[in-house]
This record gives sequence, C-alpha cells and structure tokens, in this order.
Amino acid sequence: MSEKMLLKGNEALARAAIKAGCKYFFGYPITPQTEIGAYMSRELPKINGTFIQAESEIAACNMLFGCAATGKRAMTASSSPGISLKTECISYMAACDIPAVIVNVQRGGPGLGSIQPSQSDYWQATRAAGHGDFHLIVLAPSTVQEMADFTQLAFDLSDKYRTPAMILADGLIGQMMEVAEIKEPTTVPPEKPWAVTGHNFKRKHNIINSLILDAQKLEDLNIERFKKYDIIKKNEQRSESYLADDADIVLVAFGASARMSKEAVDMARANGIKVGLIKPITLFPYPENAIKKAAETAKCFLTVEMNMGQMVDDVRLAVNGKCPVDFYGRTGGVIPTPDEIFEAIKRTVAKEMK
Amino acid sequence: METVYKRPKALTDVPFHFCAGCSHGIVHKVIAEVLDELGVEGKTVGVAPVGCAVMDYDYFGCDMIEAPHGRAPAVATGLKRAMPDNVIFTYQGDGDLAAIGTCETVHAATRGENITIIFINNTIYGMTGGQMAPTSLPGQVTQTSPYGRDTEIAGFPIKVCEMLSTLDGVALAQRVACDSVKGVREMKKAIKKGFQYQIEKKGFSIIEVLASCPTNWGVTPERSLELITEKMVPYYPLGVYKDKGAEK
Amino acid sequence: MMSNLRFISAGFGGQGVLFIGKVAANAAMLDNMHVAWLPSYGPEMRGGTANCSVCISEKPINSPIVPHPDVLIALNNPSLEKFSGSVKTNGIIICDKDIVTLTSGRNDVQEIGAYATETAEKNGVKGLANMIILGMLYAKTKFCSENSLFEAIKICTPKRKAEMLELNYKAVKFGMNLV
Repeated sequence: MSEKMLLKGNEALARAAIKAGCKYFFGYPITPQTEIGAYMSRELPKINGTFIQAESEIAACNMLFGCAATGKRAMTASSSPGISLKTECISYMAACDIPAVIVNVQRGGPGLGSIQPSQSDYWQATRAAGHGDFHLIVLAPSTVQEMADFTQLAFDLSDKYRTPAMILADGLIGQMMEVAEIKEPTTVPPEKPWAVTGHNFKRKHNIINSLILDAQKLEDLNIERFKKYDIIKKNEQRSESYLADDADIVLVAFGASARMSKEAVDMARANGIKVGLIKPITLFPYPENAIKKAAETAKCFLTVEMNMGQMVDDVRLAVNGKCPVDFYGRTGGVIPTPDEIFEAIKRTVAKEMK
Repeated sequence: METVYKRPKALTDVPFHFCAGCSHGIVHKVIAEVLDELGVEGKTVGVAPVGCAVMDYDYFGCDMIEAPHGRAPAVATGLKRAMPDNVIFTYQGDGDLAAIGTCETVHAATRGENITIIFINNTIYGMTGGQMAPTSLPGQVTQTSPYGRDTEIAGFPIKVCEMLSTLDGVALAQRVACDSVKGVREMKKAIKKGFQYQIEKKGFSIIEVLASCPTNWGVTPERSLELITEKMVPYYPLGVYKDKGAEK
Repeated sequence: MMSNLRFISAGFGGQGVLFIGKVAANAAMLDNMHVAWLPSYGPEMRGGTANCSVCISEKPINSPIVPHPDVLIALNNPSLEKFSGSVKTNGIIICDKDIVTLTSGRNDVQEIGAYATETAEKNGVKGLANMIILGMLYAKTKFCSENSLFEAIKICTPKRKAEMLELNYKAVKFGMNLV
C-alpha cells in the first residue's frame, strides 16, 4: 500500500523508479541530484538490484545502454554538466531505439556554472541531447509528487515507444520536500523481443547497432523514427491549464518556474488582470495544441523560464504570430519570484495591451 | 568425402570485409571456435567496438550490440549486471581500448567486472586510414606521426597488460601474438581460458593480441607477420601478466 | 491553532537548523496541512551558514521560497544579519543567545531569545539546542497540534539513533516552557 510521506523530490523520484520496476541504476555524484544515487545505493541491493557508481557520466550512461539493451528497466541521473557527458550515449540509445530513463536535475550553466536551480538545459533536452536527428521524450515535473508520477510515466512511455525518456527537473524540485505518494504501477512493461539476452538457438541473433553505412538506408530509418515521433506528438502532448480559458495574458512556464508563475497568476487575478497559466508537462512532445488553442482567444503570451529564453521558441512556433509572445527569465541559478513575475505581467500588459 | 575443416557455428555466413592479411579474421574465427567448444553461443552477447571491427555484429552468431567508441567495457558492464549468468565479451582495438576508452577499461578491470575483453593491438588506427595509436611503437611512421613517433612529443606506447595486471580485480591478463601457427594456437588457449574464467565467475579477463595491419603498415601480409615478431614482441613481451587461476 | 506559517531556520551547518524545519514540516503534514521544505544547499552547507525555508499552509503551496518569513530562527550571527531585515512586520525572531550576540535592531518585530545551548547542557540534553528552539517556535506559533509535533519528532529521529527520541522530546518540552 502506498502512503503519503514528506519526501525530497530526488528521493520521491528514486522511490518511484524502483516502484516502476527499475532495478538497475548507474550514476556519478553531482550536486544537486546526489540523493538519487544515495537512495539507490541503499535500496537496490535489498531487492537484488544493482547500483554502480561509475567512473564517469559517460560510463554510467553506457552501462545504462548495455543494461537497457537486455530489456531491463534501468536509469541514470545527473545534473547539467554531467548530462553533457551522457549525450554521446543518449544519441546511440535513441539510434538503437533503446528504452531507458535519464534524469537531469538542472543547475545553472554554462560550464561548471552554479549548483543552484536552473532550466537552462531546455534546448539540450528538446533539441540536441547528442548528435544526429532524434528526439527524447522529455517530462518536466514541477512538484515532488510529479517527480514520482512522471518517473513512472517516463518508464511507461519509454517502453511503449522504444525511445529514451528524460526527466528534466531542476535543483529546486529535486531538493525541496513536499508530501508525496509513491503510487503502485498500473501498467505492465511490454515484451521486448529485440533485446540482446542470448538467442539460446531459438531465434536469429539480435543486433543492436547504430552504424548504417548506406546513406539511403539510414535516411529510411530516420524517416521511420520520425514517423514514430509524429505518433508521440499526436498521442502524448501533456500540459496543465490554470485559469487560462478566459485569460487575456497566458503565462507559459514549466517545472519550478511554473510554481512561481502560478502564484503570480493569483496575484494578478487579485489585481483584476485576467491572467492564466499553461504548464507544459511534456517538453517533447511540446504541448503545442494547448498553446494553439489558447492563442485563439489570448491577447498575448508571457513565457517564464529559469534561463535566457529557450522554451519561448516553442511557444512562438505554436502561437505562430497570432499574438505577441514576451519572455521573462532569470538565469545562472536565480529563481524568479512571484513578485518579479507579477511585475513582468504588468509590463507585458502595458506593452502589448494598450 | 570427409570434412576436415569448416566454419565455426558461432560465425555467420557473412563474408568479412577485412583486408587481406589482417589479423581480425583469424581472431574472429578463434573466438567463434571457443564459443562453439564451450557451448555458450546461445547465452553470449558480444560488444562490438568502433574501428575496423565495428561490423563484428554481422560476423558473430551470438546476440551483438555495437558500443560508442571506447565504451564497450561500460556497455558490457550494463549487460553483465543485468544478466550475470550470460557470457559477455568485448572486442576492441588499440584506439578504442587504450585511448578513448582507457577510463572504461581500467575501471571495468578494477571492479573485477566478470567480462572478457579481446584486445587487438596492431599499433595503428586502421579504419580511419592509419593514424598513430596509443600503442604505436617509438619511431613508427603513421599518417599522424609522419616523422616517426617521437616520444618527446607523443609520449610512449601504453603497455595495457602490464598496467592492468596491477589491479586486484583482474583474473587474467595475457598477451599473445597472431604471428604464426604456434601464436594462433597460444591465442586460442588464452581466449578460451578467459571465457572459462568468466564462466567460473573469476572476474575480469583480457587477452591482448599483437596483430597485423598490412594495409596501414604499407607492407605485404607476409611481411606484416614478420613485423609482429621482429618489432612488436620485443616491445610488448608475450606472456601471462596476471592469472588468478594460477595463484595458489 | 495558527494555520499558516512561513519561517526560515538558519545557522551553522551541524546545529540542526534543517532538522528543525523537517520536524515542523512533518508535524504540519500530520495535521493535513500543505507543506514545503526547501534547504539551502551547496558549499555553504559545509561548515558555513545553512538554512531552510518552511511553508505551512491550508492552500497548496506554489512558491516554496520565503522572502518574508513570519518567523526567523537564527542560530548564529550571520543568519541574523542575513535574514532579520526580511522578517514581516509583527513577525518573530527566535535566537540562541549563547551564540547570537547581535540584535536585529528592529522594533517592529518580536525578538525572543534563550540561552538554548547552555540550557541544553545543564538539563541533560546536550547538543539539542535546536530542539529547545523548536519547542519555542511551537509555543509561540502553535503551527500544529502537540500530538503531531511529538509524532513528527518520532518520524524524523533515525531508527539507528532511537536513544535520541526521549532526549528530543525532553528538549522540545524545555523549549515550550521557556516561552
């Protein structure tokens, strides 16, 4: 039976992963995600699972690759600089259609950056988590409960579509404690006949490989994979809407900045400004349908992020010129306060709704 | 008519793409023979490297996975931890194992990861067209050491078996040479021992094979075998550097 | 019972300032309140100044950041200096006077202090000044039911330190009586 507990986001995520059937974790210490590895190192041996503290983020991700190639549910976690190291292998896993879960508890960048919460890896997660033409499924939790729920969802979607999935969290959600419930899984992982488990002379040998020297063949494969992404885009867009239906100004924010924005929405509403919020849950597939729908009635958008303006690109693509899209952000590990966002809302009102 | 020779079962019926005189074909055949003799093809997963042997996955009949450059020991670690009773091996060249993948190699070894690594040392990057390798000999001319490997600039070759033999996790570290019939027989014994050690869960085994690359060395296949004996063996002495089975 | 409370607990790493927040958050959770606990994290945790922000609310908590606390618990001078200016008008500052030698200089807040370190030492709960302070926080704000407070202490005291449980109770009760 599941019970409600006061948990750190990182621990809720780790608990949920185990509940989802993840018995293998490969990681390397980095702030602010260390609680995940610490929890796994303590709990996985108790259930006959494996925790390895790898020699590097690169190795950790390749261990994940090998483990997930056997069909087992497995996970790695890191924070921004460590994710950069993992991107080589993430590209291989995407190319080999390997389901696996990668967690990024983001911190300020670029470079070694800060260790404070940030959302500056949005582009990396949604555009370029490695070389080549591919996408990851990207989920963005904004509460400790969502850290748990989305981790289970990430395993399910990853298995369902045979593609790596990323939890794009941040130091705020990872470090804070809230009440959360680790739910019992409601799904059963699918059969994985493609896995390399030894053929036992009962089938042809399975090959997991991303080297396709024939350009035409590689193009065909990539096109095929993008058809899969189209299905994902059609079926899996997720977002949450808060007072957006009658809003003149629609804020768009994910993760920690969605929490701050929600409070700013309440402040603005209390001041008679009709503001709403769309909180993307899936960053890939981007919830463009929800944005498009809001753009039919909204007078303008304001995107709020903990970076210099990354997701705002996707909002503009979805809004497609129907109305202005403003941006407010803090970067480097600075968290925008509800007061600041409220001020930004007022500026947007003054600028766009004369 | 009596069959006196045939392709090992663990090799597929796919023609090798290797150059004439290259050692890879022989080593592949020997590995396949060992898999047959131990009867483990059905529970084996091989990890292919990046380099000339990248297309291993087409040649071995067992399940195969192709790893990012140098990462084969980490991929093998993931496979092995998920399936401790399966047989997991990597096949890696000198650039893959001793340059870009040194970290993964050393740490898999020191963890005593129960896998078998077949390490092909031919002192050169083959697939990219003959550049200097971490194991290129002092003075050796390659595309990126056109005046010969200058140890003042490029440092010294890595002696992998010697280095790994210092690690407690290593069960077997042995160097053999693919330069003669006798050498090939020794190689087969060593490779078989490595796989046996893995089956007996003794820990990490690495068999370093001194191999030829006539194309990039710019010599005939015949001469390339002589060069292994004349040039490589003196720098890379053959023998058993670590053998947990022999320690009593 | 005071239903909504936002406070900051700050001091040196090792004084148990995060633990104060953790117990308070757990206690409020047991009373079915919404809670959020946010630690400062990073190099300053190692020997420098550590702090956590705690929000207790009847409504879901959006921002877990506490720019203007109702209560500041300051267990060292740097914490008082850093946060005292941000305390709400009519708010409360609770200090351990054995360590905090400064005062906030504000006359629109209630500043209460106790020689918590010394009190702990003299009363057989050495090292539990933080629990004395927690007792004071409880007595001043009644942010949860008394039952929940003691239940939360039980939840937060690690099983391997079971012998600490009674001492924690004792220290909290001391604090409650100091106010």
